[in-house]
Amino acid sequence: MDVSIWRGGDDGEYQTYQVPRLESQTVLDVVTYIQRELDPSLSYRFACRVGVCGSCAMTVNGKARWTCRTHVSKVAEGGQLTLDPLNSMPRVKDLVVDMETFFNKWADAKGSFKGDKTRDDALADISPDDPKRKISSAGIECIGCGACYATCDVIKWNPDYLGPAALNRAWTLVNDERDVTGLERLAAVAGDNGCLGCHSQQGCVERCPKSLNPTGAIAGLKRETIKAVLKGELS
Amino acid sequence: MSASALRTETYLWLAQRLSALILTICITVHIATMIIAVQGGLSSEEIIARIGGSKIWLCFYLVFVSSVAVHAPIGLKSIMREMTQIPMKRIDFLSILFSLIIGVLGIRAAFGLYGLGGA
Amino acid sequence: MKSIHNHPNYWAFIMHRFSGLALVAFLPVHLYVLGLALADSSAFDNFISWSNTPLLKFLETVLVVFLSAHLTGGVRLLALEFLRWRDWQKSMVALSCGISICMGLVFFLNAT
Repeated sequence: MDVSIWRGGDDGEYQTYQVPRLESQTVLDVVTYIQRELDPSLSYRFACRVGVCGSCAMTVNGKARWTCRTHVSKVAEGGQLTLDPLNSMPRVKDLVVDMETFFNKWADAKGSFKGDKTRDDALADISPDDPKRKISSAGIECIGCGACYATCDVIKWNPDYLGPAALNRAWTLVNDERDVTGLERLAAVAGDNGCLGCHSQQGCVERCPKSLNPTGAIAGLKRETIKAVLKGELS
Repeated sequence: MSASALRTETYLWLAQRLSALILTICITVHIATMIIAVQGGLSSEEIIARIGGSKIWLCFYLVFVSSVAVHAPIGLKSIMREMTQIPMKRIDFLSILFSLIIGVLGIRAAFGLYGLGGA
Repeated sequence: MKSIHNHPNYWAFIMHRFSGLALVAFLPVHLYVLGLALADSSAFDNFISWSNTPLLKFLETVLVVFLSAHLTGGVRLLALEFLRWRDWQKSMVALSCGISICMGLVFFLNAT
């Protein structure tokens, strides 16, 4: 089958390769074949190749996917594949993008856990059925693959928008009883560059390979940040 | 981002949602009115007969117009910010301008029609 | 349509934004025409009879559909943002679409 791959950085062109079509073939198999057998100059990312690391996320026929978990039979329309790097991230080379901004926004949204206990304190006593724990657990499987971010239109219109992944992670921590960041995090995710920028298009929900719900998480952040602003707590 | 900027953005967002809530009622009444009133054709006498001298209709249209004057410009602001290259200061100016236009034209129309009626 | 945009909630977003824009463009015209009824009721009535054609009635119906779409889509968004998440999001889009078309039909049948 014909496989067109973006070669170059922001400037570049598509190069087409002829790849043997096999049964049970993933898009990552295809890219690997091309790099090993046809064109060693092709650059791409992967690591685990079994759907747990998120490194292999790319744009496959227009949609952000994990190439290791995407069967060619599911996506090759008319025996044709077009591969691009992830959208909304600076292109480094071929299928590799610079994810620095993506992860910086994670930090900007206070997307990391901060507790106040030491190893000498008792474990936090939180039931798995606790409502807030359930909300938090529903969003923590995110592995930072960037598919949602690459799909989000708001990022394309407003490069300062924190994005679905960072905000989803922030929401899991807002609901984590053990986290002590509190209002600092709400301030970080408030406003038009934060949760209020989301227009609930749910492209992120459509594309997330782990079936997470950033739109729902962002809606939760909207409610919490508004409450904080109305109470005069954000300063 | 400064706390006051965050507060402004949040209040604007809230104002748009609150005016939206009010408008759900106003628009429902408006659509019902359009369908019922347009029966057999619309005329200026018909409108004046309905609204003229009616404090209830006057209040309704004043609330309606004020809500639109809040709701529409904030929506326009999002569109301008996201889909045009217009600088932020100009966007803010245009939004306020549009709000004033809607407000003035609408309130003038509401009072005008109220004033034309008898009783 | 770009493939990543080929899903109901995206179409709902586009409809909401487009209908809002159309209504905002229509509003000054609407208020101006109403103003005619104040200044000179015969001018207003002339306008009404001028607009009593199938094409204009159709365009008015389109406006009513836009208004209903913006309203029902807006209610959908208010529910999404202020109430707890429901998984049947696409059904809500369908509901909004259905109600809008219904309102348009009722208006059109009534006006013609």
